[in-house]
Amino acid sequence: MPSDRELALKSLHYRRRILEVIKHAGGGHTGGSLSCVDILNVLYNRVLRVSPATAADPGRDRYIQSKGHSVEALYVVLADRGFFPDAELATLGKYQSRLIGHPTRHVPGIEQNTGALGHGLAVAVGLAIAGKKDRATYRVFTLLGDGEMAEGSVWEAAMAAGHYRLDNLNAIVDQNSLQITGRTRDVLNSEPLEAKFGAFGWVVRTVNGHDLKALSATLAAPPVNNRPVAIIAKTIKGKGVSFMEDNPKWHHAVPNDEEYARAMQELDAAVADLERRPA
Amino acid sequence: MSAPAPAMYSEAAGRTAARLGLKLGRPNLEAFADTVLGLARADRNVLVVTGDSRGSGKLGPFGRELPDQIVEVGIAEQNLVGIAAGLAAAGKTVFAVSPACFLTARALEQIKNDVAYSDQPVILVGISAGVSYGALGSTHHSLHDYAALRAIPNLAVMAPADNGEAVAAVKAAAAGRRPIYLRFGKAPLYDLPAAGGFVPGRAREVRPGRDAAFLATGETVIHAVLAAAELEARDGLRCRVLSLPTIKPLDGAAVLAAGRECRALITVEEHSVCGGLGEACAALLAQAGLATRFRIVGLPDEPTVTGSQADIFRHYG
Repeated sequence: MPSDRELALKSLHYRRRILEVIKHAGGGHTGGSLSCVDILNVLYNRVLRVSPATAADPGRDRYIQSKGHSVEALYVVLADRGFFPDAELATLGKYQSRLIGHPTRHVPGIEQNTGALGHGLAVAVGLAIAGKKDRATYRVFTLLGDGEMAEGSVWEAAMAAGHYRLDNLNAIVDQNSLQITGRTRDVLNSEPLEAKFGAFGWVVRTVNGHDLKALSATLAAPPVNNRPVAIIAKTIKGKGVSFMEDNPKWHHAVPNDEEYARAMQELDAAVADLERRPA
Repeated sequence: MSAPAPAMYSEAAGRTAARLGLKLGRPNLEAFADTVLGLARADRNVLVVTGDSRGSGKLGPFGRELPDQIVEVGIAEQNLVGIAAGLAAAGKTVFAVSPACFLTARALEQIKNDVAYSDQPVILVGISAGVSYGALGSTHHSLHDYAALRAIPNLAVMAPADNGEAVAAVKAAAAGRRPIYLRFGKAPLYDLPAAGGFVPGRAREVRPGRDAAFLATGETVIHAVLAAAELEARDGLRCRVLSLPTIKPLDGAAVLAAGRECRALITVEEHSVCGGLGEACAALLAQAGLATRFRIVGLPDEPTVTGSQADIFRHYG
C-alpha cells in the first residue's frame, strides 16, 4: 500500500496524465476528472480489493462510475494499476479505440457501461443485493456527480438501498458544485444532500474530497450495520490547476498550447515542492 | 378441450378452433410464471425482480414459496431494470418483470444502457403486453415496444404465440445468458399445431400453403390460423401461417421464402403498424428485391379505441 507521500505524488501524476490524455485526444471532461481523481486514487490504491489478476473474481470489490463523463480520471488510474498499458491512453477517442469517452466493459477493470447519468446507483444496488444473497464479503462503491442528483432514478435507487439495508454499499458524491451550465445550486439545487440521504436511511459522511488522509479514513471505514453509506466529498472542479479551478468553462474544455504549458508548469512545481519536503 | 371459446375469441372463431381440434391452453403469463418457478426451485441463483407487479405477473405463488428469490423494488421501473442489471452482473439469472407498457418506455434508457450496451444478461419480461389491459387505455398499452427495442443492438425480442413457445422461450432465455425481451399477454391461448418445436430466432410453420402467407407473432398468431382456416373453408385458399416468436433477430430465410413462394404476404401483430414485425419484414423483402403484394395488420398510428382486448381487435379488424 502506498505511503501518504507516494499517494500525494500519484495524485499529481494522475492530474498530469489526465491533461496529457485530454490534450492529445482533443476532447474530454477536464474539470470533473480533476475533481474526482483524488477519490479514485484513494479507492484504487488503498480501498478497493481489485487487481488485474482478480478482475473476474466473484469476491472482488465493485466500483461503478455513475458520473461516467469523468472517464479520463478512471482510465488514468486503471492504467496506473496495470489493468491495461499506459501507452494505450494515447488512443482515447481515436478510431476503433476501446477507450471511449465514457466507461465501457471493453476496458479491463470497468464493471459497467455508464455515461447517461442516474444509472450507476441502481446497478450498484443490484450488485449489493446479490452480495447479500450470496453472503459475499465484497463491497460496492459508486461515484456520482452533484449535478447528477437531479436525476430521479438516483433517488429510486437510494430508496431501495435504504429499504434493503445495504451496508455493503457506498455512494460517493463528487460535490464540486458546478455543472455544465453553471453553479449546481443555481441550475437545480441538490442541497442539502446530507439531509436527503439521511432521510432515505443512509449514514452520511462529509469529507474534503482532496484530503487524501481524510478520504482514506472515510472510504476505508468499516460498514455501519444495516445502513448504506453516502460520502459527500467536497471537491473543487478543475482542482490542481489554478485557472481551471471552480470555473464551469473547464467542464469539457481542452487547454490550448499556452494553457496546457501553464497547467503542466503548475503541476510540475507541485511535484517538485512535494519531493523537496522531508519524507 | 374445444368450445366454449373464451371472451377473447368470437363464437365463429371458437367453432373454427373446435373444427381444427385446437386445445385451449392458459394465458402465456401463467405458463411463464410456472416455468420460472420451476427454474428457481432448481437453482437459487434464479431471481425475479418485480415492481409491485407480482399479482399481475402471476408471481404470487413464486413470492410465497421462494421469498428470498424475489426482489421487490416498488413502483420504480428504471430502478427495476438497473437493479436487475446489477444482479445479472453478479452472476444471477434475472427475470425483470413489469407491465410491458412501463418496462419498455419508462425504463428504455436502462434497457439500452444498463442491459443491452453493458451486455448484462437480464431477461426483461413485459407482461400484460399489447392491448391486454383493454379499457385501461393507451397509458397501459404497449404498442411501441417492438419498434423501440428492435433499434437497440444486443437485445433479442420475443413474443411467444402459445404456451409451448412461452415455456421454451423462458427456458432458452435462462440458459442463454444474453439480454432478451420476452412479451406476454393475458389472454388464454390455443396450442398451435405447429410442426417442430420452438427454436430462438426461427419461424415455425403452423399451416402450409402458397396462395398467401400470414406472418404473425405473439398472441395474434392464433387469429391468423383461424383466418387461414376460414379462407380455406370458404374460398378454398391455402394460406401459409408462420409464427415468428422471435421478432429480432428475424428469421429472414423464412420470410424471404414466403415472399418468393406465396402470392401475397400479410403480417399480423399486436403492435403499432410503425416499426414492428410488419416493417421489419417489409425492409427485408424490399432489400432482397421481392416486390410481393404486402399488407401490415396492426394497430393504427392513433390513440387506441376504448374497449376490451377483444373489442380492440374487432374494431381494427
